[in-house]
Amino acid sequence: MAKLKAFVKKNPSFTVFCLLALDIILIAILAPVIATHDPYEAVLADAVQAPSAEHWFGTDKMGRDLFSRVIYGARTSLSAALILVAIIVVVGTTLGIIAGYFGGIVDAVIMRFSDMMISFPGMVLAIAVAGILGANMRNAIIAIAIVSWTKYARLSRSLVLKIRNRDYIAAAQLTGSKTTYILWKYMLPNALPTILITGATDIGSMMLEIAGLSFLGFGAQSPTAEWGLMLNEGRAYMTAAPWLMIFPGLAIFITVVVFNLLGDSLRDVLDPRS
Amino acid sequence: MKKGALLKRLLQIVIVLIGISFLTFLLTYISPGDPVTAMYSASGVTPSEELMEQTREALGLNKPFIVQYFNWVWNCLHGDFGTSYAYNKPVLTLMMARLWPTLKLALCSLVLMLIISIPLGILSATHQGGPIDYFVRGFTFLGVSMPNFWVGLLLMLVFCVKLGWLPVVSSGQGLDKLILPSVTLAIAMASKYTRQVRTAFLEELNQDYVVGARCRGIKESTILWKHVLPNSILPLVTMLGLSLGSLLGGTSVVEVIFSYPGLGNMAVTAISSMDYNLVQGYVLWIALIYMVINLVVDISYGFLDPRMREKG
Repeated sequence: MAKLKAFVKKNPSFTVFCLLALDIILIAILAPVIATHDPYEAVLADAVQAPSAEHWFGTDKMGRDLFSRVIYGARTSLSAALILVAIIVVVGTTLGIIAGYFGGIVDAVIMRFSDMMISFPGMVLAIAVAGILGANMRNAIIAIAIVSWTKYARLSRSLVLKIRNRDYIAAAQLTGSKTTYILWKYMLPNALPTILITGATDIGSMMLEIAGLSFLGFGAQSPTAEWGLMLNEGRAYMTAAPWLMIFPGLAIFITVVVFNLLGDSLRDVLDPRS
Repeated sequence: MKKGALLKRLLQIVIVLIGISFLTFLLTYISPGDPVTAMYSASGVTPSEELMEQTREALGLNKPFIVQYFNWVWNCLHGDFGTSYAYNKPVLTLMMARLWPTLKLALCSLVLMLIISIPLGILSATHQGGPIDYFVRGFTFLGVSMPNFWVGLLLMLVFCVKLGWLPVVSSGQGLDKLILPSVTLAIAMASKYTRQVRTAFLEELNQDYVVGARCRGIKESTILWKHVLPNSILPLVTMLGLSLGSLLGGTSVVEVIFSYPGLGNMAVTAISSMDYNLVQGYVLWIALIYMVINLVVDISYGFLDPRMREKG
């Protein structure tokens, strides 16, 4: 407890942003408790109502309660972003460590592939991939993952190359340590802090990309409560019901701000150099 | 840039293009939709199985994958990107018609971005730690966290619906149609770029020669404009080339919001209607444009920084 207190005192901004991010995660988990209505229940008689005491954020064209949909949207958007970041971190880091450690042809193949991805505007390819594979959330995540893993491969590869030729690695090899053991025990821990910081700062931008694909109709499909999709649905009612696009957008914005701030402050905590 | 390096870059571009073309072709090949069905349903005809088979034969769609791929590449190299099923026109013609509006939009937002971010970045760097710096950094932070489609919709709500200064849907190619899309794109880009300008300037401001110049009593403005600015241009131009990538990708969302007749808007429609020739053409073209721009950026180093000319 005393340790925790000291940590909080030393890193006040990180603590605050951590708590804020936890709040958003809690909202997602406790959505059924917080939501005032069923987010999927259409009451056509209540369609397109302005915000009121009964419907805090108003209702959409199907008469669904917007507040409840925004709250449930936290589940979709947050879980999609976290899954996506987890996938690209794991895939990218694994390939990068393998490329850096083994070198040679393995390295060449992985890195040329990543060159290809980097010399290309990712979003363009992601739109094409998501659209062609078929529009749903899973394919949207796959599409963005395909164009985003390379960053982690490059990063972990360069970190591995830094220690690849150190004496203690040679010693481990000479004493007959298994390659998987060396990768797991020496290479991964060496790369992990930098990778984690990058991963944390990426959550926000990944959330934006997923919402963007959903907005275009290549991600979450109706009637899912997803912020990007809700914005797209509300777009047609801009004049009559501006709240339909204000609240989902605000939800994306606030969440992205919190996770971006969290990522930045995590960097300050883990990397005292900068 | 030396000849050898240039050749290497050109070779790299070719390799990437081959990779990208293979990937897009593979994707459309394994995609669940059937292009022949899509083609006929677009024209409103319900064809017999025999006719479908004949069409497949005529389009070469029943040949092995690798043969189809090489045929397609061969045709592309001869300027034939196939025919769009939905529009029933050659892909190249359609792309050319949409290319200029998109480039116009990209250039406009790029200029806007530079007008916003260079002064702000410099101000922020020269007032490091002061209130201006905090204000600018806060502003850029909010800018990168806002989804650009939301920014676009909000701008539309305020300027078209509430204030009525601009038409919601404007016909033609007038300037009024360019303003809001460019501003939308510029806001997101300027937020990132301002940070990069600030970092580049701070790096130069901490160099020994700046301290030396200050010690010799040279005016601060002279140091800034004569010494620091030219030295920090190089990383800024590189960043500019890279941000064009996100610009070309980002235009599609903004074009859709403002129903702007550009490449991105067309691509989104093409994907929805399974018009794969058009999608393939679009992806290849964007890749080509992006890589050529970045090659030009690399070549420009030699002109911007004499030191690079010697290194080659």
